[in-house]
Parts: sequence; structure tokens; C-alpha cells
Amino acid sequence: MNKQNTIEDRLWDYIDGYGSREERSDLEQLLESNLDWKEKYRELLEVHHMLHSSELQEPSMRFTKNVMEEIAKYHIAPATKTYINKKIIWGIGLFFITLIVGFLIYGFSQVDWSAANSTSNQYIDLSKVDYSKIFNNTYVNVFMMLNAVLGLMLLDRYLADKRKTFKKEM
Amino acid sequence: MYCNLNQSTVVSDNRMSTGPSDIEIINRVLKGEQQAYAELVNRYQGYVFTLALRFTKNREDAEEVSQDIFIKAYRSLADFRGASKFSTWLYTIVNTTCITFLRKKKLEVHSLDNEKVFEVADTKDSGFSANQVEQKSRINMVNRAIEMLSPDDAEILTLFYKAEQSLEEIGEVLGLEPNTVKVRLHRARQRLKDKMEKYFTQEVKDLN
Repeated sequence: MNKQNTIEDRLWDYIDGYGSREERSDLEQLLESNLDWKEKYRELLEVHHMLHSSELQEPSMRFTKNVMEEIAKYHIAPATKTYINKKIIWGIGLFFITLIVGFLIYGFSQVDWSAANSTSNQYIDLSKVDYSKIFNNTYVNVFMMLNAVLGLMLLDRYLADKRKTFKKEM
Repeated sequence: MYCNLNQSTVVSDNRMSTGPSDIEIINRVLKGEQQAYAELVNRYQGYVFTLALRFTKNREDAEEVSQDIFIKAYRSLADFRGASKFSTWLYTIVNTTCITFLRKKKLEVHSLDNEKVFEVADTKDSGFSANQVEQKSRINMVNRAIEMLSPDDAEILTLFYKAEQSLEEIGEVLGLEPNTVKVRLHRARQRLKDKMEKYFTQEVKDLN
């Protein structure tokens, strides 16, 4: 099957005019010497000619008139680039990159690198971790609150979409 | 508000050698000469309608979808920057609009690599007897055989053979790499050949 596919792929490439001069001349020699290849080539060439001879379908006589009547109701929309300000896009991107870089710098600056060496051989006992120290921080609490609000907004949007779909189906 | 397309920077469509070029017409339309758009519609309606028909499988829907395509193209004409041929840009709209149409209609969009698809297609076609072919002409036979293919296959064949799009341009229209387009084109032709052998053997013999 794979061999058959390879033969056909090579023949289609030849018919379509693809491939290097060397590949084409190799194939031409093969077509002259090998009857199977020649027969396959004849079959594919027939399909190729038939496809070329297929005709386009035409719509009704009134088609252009209908389109022109329809477009008379519309205006050409301004080009996207005229109302999308690239500076704003770049500004938003820059803001987020700065924010991420800032967080990373702050995070790394808080790491006590010397502590890592001294405790490298010890296992951390998760049950003894004092989580209150982590969640007692005002910034962390504000961050968590923001996430919770965003999550609720997302849920509300999802439910609203569901409601719309349900109404449409009704 | 609109920028004029510079003739030297745009890719021209060599197919249309007579009359004003696509770019000249587009510039006229962008300057407010709405009636000039009729020339573009006349020029491409056959291509657009045939492609739409490959998806919709019936003339009424194809005409509605084609009309929608030309309206969309008109409304976004200012976005055509001339980086590709106008026809390639237009066929991109054809492709997206037809896919949306199929989704709306909840028809099965068959994947090219899904073998089940062809089982379904074969079952669907089983009621189609070769005797039903009214005109035994080669053209009609090929068109009937193309109609039996999945929209994906029919579209790629139409773009390559009738709309005279290169592999790169078809890739642009379908959002695929040229090599993938080539593979899909090979497969589509093979499937067409299979269909012809299965349903039109006698017709092929008569024609030969």
C-alpha cells in the first residue's frame, strides 16, 4: 500500500510539474521502461485531464443584481489597522511583561540562598509548615480576594451564556 | 480612511488579462464607486458559487452563502492589503463562511483522515446508480463525481484545478502548510478516481 502511494505521489508530482529536473528525468526513464508505472501514469493523467475539463457552476442570472442591492445597505468598514492602535497593544504587552519581571525579581530577592545549602539534606515536614505565616500577609489576602472575584465573574459569564443558549433553544 | 493599493506592491491575478485589474477595481470601490464592485462579483461569482456548492450540496443554499461571501468581502475590502491575490483573499472568506454554514446546519464535517467518513460517504452514495447520470458527458460525470466527495476534498480540487491557486495559495486559504496541501490534494484525487471507478466505470469506457 505504501509502495503504491509512493508511486502515485511521484507520478502526481510529475504530472503537476513539481520535482527537480533530475527527478523528472529519472521518472521519464522509468515510465519508458516499466509497464506498470506507464499504466498507472496513464490512469492518473486521465483523472488530471478530467479534472481540468470540469466546469464551474453558475449562480442565477439575478445574482450580481442581488448582491449589489444588498451591499447598497452597507458601508465598507474601516480598515482594522485604522482603529486598532498598535501602541495600545504594545503598551498592554509591556505592562504585563514588566509586571512578570517585577514579580520574578521580587521573588528571587526574597530567597535566602544560603539557607538552601544548609537544609539540602533534610526533608521538609509539610505538617509542620506554619501556613498562617503565608496567608497572614495582607498582599496575599488581597491577591486571593481578587482571584475569587475574577472567578465569580467568570462563573457568572458562563452561566449567562448557558442561559442565553437555553432561551434560544426554547 | 482607506489606503490606496499600490499596483507595484500587490500580487496581481494573471488569470484576468482583459479589462481593469482586480486592484484597479478595488481602488475605485474604496474611493466610493460602489457600482464597480459589480465587476468583481461578475468576475468571481462562478468560482465562489462552485466552491460554496461543494459545501452546501444544493444551489439555493450555495447562492445564499455566495451572496453572504460577497457582502462580507465588500464590507472588509479596506482590509485587503494586496499581500496576496484578491482571489486568494476572497477564497479565504469563502472557506470560513462555508465552514460556518456547515456548523450552523449541523452537518457532519468529515475529516480527511477519518476512515469512517468514507464508509458514511459510501453508504450515502450507494443509492446513486450510474444509470441516473442524465448526461453522459465527461464534464458532467466529473462534476457528479466531485459532488460525491467530502466538502474538504471537493474544495481542494476546485481551488487547484478551477480557481488556479498554487499549493502555497491554497495553504493560505485553508491555513495549512503547502506540503500538507499537496498530500491532501493527492488523496482527494485518489478518492475521486475511486469514486469514478466505482460509479462511472461504464461512462468512462463509453467516453474512451
